[in-house]
Amino acid sequence: MITLAHFLTLGAVLFCIAVAGIFVNRKNVIVLLMCIELMLLAVNTNFVGFSRFLGDVDGQIFVFFILTVAAAEAAIGLAILVVLFRNRATIDVTHIDRLKG
Amino acid sequence: MTFELVCFYAFAAVSAAAALAVISVKNPVVAALCLVLTFFSMACVWLLAEAEFLAVALVLVYVGAVMVLFLFVVMMLDVDLVPLREGFIRFLPVGIAVAVIMLVEMLMLIGVRSLRLEPIADPATSAGLSNIEWLGRTLFSEYLLPFEIAALILTVGLIAAVPLTLRHRVGVKKQSPGRQVLVRREDRIRLVKMAAEKPEGGSP
Repeated sequence: MITLAHFLTLGAVLFCIAVAGIFVNRKNVIVLLMCIELMLLAVNTNFVGFSRFLGDVDGQIFVFFILTVAAAEAAIGLAILVVLFRNRATIDVTHIDRLKG
Repeated sequence: MTFELVCFYAFAAVSAAAALAVISVKNPVVAALCLVLTFFSMACVWLLAEAEFLAVALVLVYVGAVMVLFLFVVMMLDVDLVPLREGFIRFLPVGIAVAVIMLVEMLMLIGVRSLRLEPIADPATSAGLSNIEWLGRTLFSEYLLPFEIAALILTVGLIAAVPLTLRHRVGVKKQSPGRQVLVRREDRIRLVKMAAEKPEGGSP
């Protein structure tokens, strides 16, 4: 029998893999964006699991909205990435220092 | 161990392995394809959780649209990969340490509270509805305004991506339809009044 703990554990594992990915691929913006998508997937899995085991529709509604916003975010993020590459000819995060922050 | 549980473990193992491949492979194209595999197996896991609509939406939206966009951008950018891999080994211990500590903390939290939560009957089926009907009834009644706002966000994202990547190059010859339409007859031809030409003398 699948329990809620199974879903939560799977979500936690995916989230931690994504966090490790952000640490080790800290120069490549494309892989960083992919890691963010992985994190959203892990969070969505938690929502789906809770929705199933608490019998509440709101969790699945929330996942629906997260999917919407994540799609818009990916589109804008990749557009920014294309513009960045056109202007700087690199996607290395350590070279993005024009703002001198 | 039921068949459901076996399926769950299989899909979970595939998705975790593919997620590990996403963060560790050299080539971003391979990473994007591994991410597709992750999304697909997670959609199968969601099917096991009886969230059918969201599983199909995940495959359609992520595998069908977002990951294709990722692949398109990765292949379009001619990126030199060697300098981007610098620091992978140097930050590997830190990354693994942080991830393992977070995982242990989260697993402890999960073990404390939720292991004893008993699975209940699927609320959609017990109400005599399909999953999509269950979702739709709430989405179009209680959550109508957030739904409209989500549509607005998608429209804004669509429109914003176009001017972000729009580029005006200098020295390119092209037509301007607006100016073409605005042209009047007076701009192009000039009618001149003059005396008619006559041959000198009589007819030959």
